[in-house]
Amino acid sequence: MELRELISQSFSSLTLNKVRTGLATLGIIIGIGSVIALISLGQSSQKAVQTQIQSLGANLLTVIPGSQSSGAVRGAIGGANTLTYDDALAIETSSQITTVKNVSPEFSRHAQITAGRNNTNTQILGATPAYADVRKLNIASGVFITDRDVEGLSKVAVLGPQVVTDLFPDKTNPIGQFIRINNQSFRVVGTTVSKGGSGFQNQDDIVYIPLSTAQKQLFGSSYLSSISVEATSDKVMTQAQNEIGYLLLARHKINDPASADFSIFSQNDILGAASQITGTFTALLSGIAGISLLVGGIGIMNIMLVTVTERTREIGLRKALGAKKRTVIWQFLVEAIILTFTGGIIGIAFGVLASYVISYFIKLPFTVAPHSIVLAIGVSGIIGIVFGWYPARKAANLQPIEALRYE
Amino acid sequence: MIIVSHISKVYKNDSVETVALDDVSFEIKDGDFLAIMGPSGSGKSTLMHILGALDRPTSGTYILDGENVENLDEDELADIRNRKIGFVFQAFNLLPRTSALKNVILPMVYAGIPKPERENKAIEFLKMVGLGDRISHTPSQLSGGQQQRVAIARALVMNPSIILADEPTGNIASTQAEEIMAIFQKLNGDGRTIVMITHEEDIAEHSKRIIYLKDGKIDYDHHNGKQKKIRLNVKLNLK
Repeated sequence: MELRELISQSFSSLTLNKVRTGLATLGIIIGIGSVIALISLGQSSQKAVQTQIQSLGANLLTVIPGSQSSGAVRGAIGGANTLTYDDALAIETSSQITTVKNVSPEFSRHAQITAGRNNTNTQILGATPAYADVRKLNIASGVFITDRDVEGLSKVAVLGPQVVTDLFPDKTNPIGQFIRINNQSFRVVGTTVSKGGSGFQNQDDIVYIPLSTAQKQLFGSSYLSSISVEATSDKVMTQAQNEIGYLLLARHKINDPASADFSIFSQNDILGAASQITGTFTALLSGIAGISLLVGGIGIMNIMLVTVTERTREIGLRKALGAKKRTVIWQFLVEAIILTFTGGIIGIAFGVLASYVISYFIKLPFTVAPHSIVLAIGVSGIIGIVFGWYPARKAANLQPIEALRYE
Repeated sequence: MIIVSHISKVYKNDSVETVALDDVSFEIKDGDFLAIMGPSGSGKSTLMHILGALDRPTSGTYILDGENVENLDEDELADIRNRKIGFVFQAFNLLPRTSALKNVILPMVYAGIPKPERENKAIEFLKMVGLGDRISHTPSQLSGGQQQRVAIARALVMNPSIILADEPTGNIASTQAEEIMAIFQKLNGDGRTIVMITHEEDIAEHSKRIIYLKDGKIDYDHHNGKQKKIRLNVKLNLK
């Protein structure tokens, strides 16, 4: 029997019981739909993290104080006080360093800030003017921290857009207003353009103040939280990383690079780590969706088995009229494949729609992973074959006499 | 031409052996109209299944049109059923919710006959059994007699060597049963071989020859000298 004929025959027997066919397909629709939605959402969030990190600049290096070893005790990464303003100055001025364009020393703490009756707890970042260049930060209104501010320990602040919304919900112009950080008064001189981002790494929920003010007036520390370094191009990242590494090792009088008291990350390192995390999440969620797909497949098998039992007489008759074993196998297999395939197609539409709606609500870029669609079609076809095979074989192995006698 | 020689069929069930057919031999010549009779349990259904290539004998040979059915595998048996045997069942066994036309087309689908030819042939045979105006009716929209006539059209459409009818009138009203017998007689008059199982004397009366089975053996096998001829009261386009 020709394939086209098999398909048209399978369609007519599937349409005989529309409710059952619909319910059988539903399992596959949900399974495929959730796989598509979750893979697409995983990709969107991966992409979002990528653009966020890349918006910081592809030639950005970050030096953070690292695990400082004193004797046999190794401290936590980032927890040590090892980087100083002089280190940053040396990176900028040393003759050994040829690949660095800009250096931004940074000091960061969380603090409670208030403006009138509104208050928020956010990141206070002590910075120099270089920060705006290195981090590709744009000013929305007013000005950023100037050299004069840093030299004069000025009590001025530049607000990220999230802080503006939190502190000035009535939309008054924050420029010229005063805010209090740890009970010290700061004048707002500028606001920044949103850089996007979400969660614990929100680049918009931040207050910039002069580095000197942060260190000396506010938090009383002479160390740095990090040094951001802009390399001359993204092709010399490794060289820049090495140059800075050797300079700091020499300055800190450490011979063995393995016991360095600082770490240097490029954006690519962070990107890689972040991608790995989102990738793991995507895989995990897809695994869960895969389970629902499996359950859907078992549903198909269940329906096909019921169908075989119910149509025992029909199978017997078909065999008596000359249907060969493989013809019967094909008939039932094609029915199962049509069920899963139709379910797959509807599931794709459903999944794309779902990921569109979800990414709209959680403000992610909407992407549909083409490979997830190919995967879904393939998987639904395979499910049809795998779960259709057993019932089909059962049907084909029925003896025509037994089948004809069946009541 | 059918040659059945020394056929036995033994069913084994939990080490209990049941002999359904015990060394049965006979021949059916082309153009015969044979009725197989006997009480229930006499082995007539078993014989029917063997003649229909639906089952194999435990021993003995069955030669259908010169082909020894014993040596054929499952697919070849399916082919034999498709090309050489036309089945008419007591319960009609039409596909439910499927038009008369599609039911008649079904054997031709398995034979791989091209699509346009199938439809024409199916319509031709439905007209032949007087159902030219019912081709798109489904079984539930037809009377028992009409359903059996669809089944006969289906049995004829592959132009088989024999028509095997298993209690063809068992499920239909007596007036319609007469119609079915009339059709069989007409088909037989045109040279077709018909083998019919029945336990009803007055139905068997319509045949040319009667084999009576008892306990798996042929009790008697005789020519039916007083074959009851009936005149057709349905208009049939039999060739």
